[in-house]
Amino acid sequence: MSESTPEDPPITLYRLQACPFCERIVRTLEEHDLDYQSRFVEPLHSKRNAVKRLTGQRSVPAIVDETTGVTMSESENIVEYIETTYGTGA
Amino acid sequence: MDLGFDVVELDEPDYPEEGASAPEFVRPLVNDEYWEDVALSELTADGPVLLVFHSMDGAFPATYIWKELADRAFDEQYDVTIVGLSISTPYEHKTFIADRNLPYRLFSDPQNGVAEMYGVVNDLGGFAGVSESRPAVFLIDGDRTVRYAWAAREWPEFPDYDEIENALDRL
Repeated sequence: MSESTPEDPPITLYRLQACPFCERIVRTLEEHDLDYQSRFVEPLHSKRNAVKRLTGQRSVPAIVDETTGVTMSESENIVEYIETTYGTGA
Repeated sequence: MDLGFDVVELDEPDYPEEGASAPEFVRPLVNDEYWEDVALSELTADGPVLLVFHSMDGAFPATYIWKELADRAFDEQYDVTIVGLSISTPYEHKTFIADRNLPYRLFSDPQNGVAEMYGVVNDLGGFAGVSESRPAVFLIDGDRTVRYAWAAREWPEFPDYDEIENALDRL
């Protein structure tokens, strides 16, 4: 229903309003000056199928990075991924 | 329809007419699973867009309009993306889409700024501090030029769906 358009940034963040783990990813993305598109998902865990189709689980945050082909969830892992891929040490 | 009494007349709308450029905006666009900020120009980049301003989700005019548009399924016959817009929050849009199995996406604009830009505000009697859009329809082509425009002048008033179809034929 919602196709990507050429203007879309390569990173898509699946997030839930007021989810602290998601806000942590937002902060990390912004610290690294990364352009991203937010997709806000269903609060009810059992109905979060858009996320499940991507990552195999319903937890958020989850990111898709088209530049590297990476799709992942778990905020700890995502922070580590962003820092490793886009940090000054990368 | 002759009701034997006067219906509410709305102020004369001042909206972009055929040939005018449709104002650009960005708002959360809601589907049955998530929402994300989308610009009108992102949609028109893929071809013509039918932008349907409607009453807040739950009001019967919203239900009537979407029932008719879903029945007519213009997007199956024509190259057009159909999207709605109301002041309802993304959460309400998601419920509305799910309850009605609506195959279309809806923009969420709780502060009613897009209706202001398009000159189709409806100040609601009995809702202190709340305004929404009046029912209005804009067929916008890939260059973001308005090809058909209609806005309600009475409350309630519904789009002329055959006229919309004629406009799609003329694209």
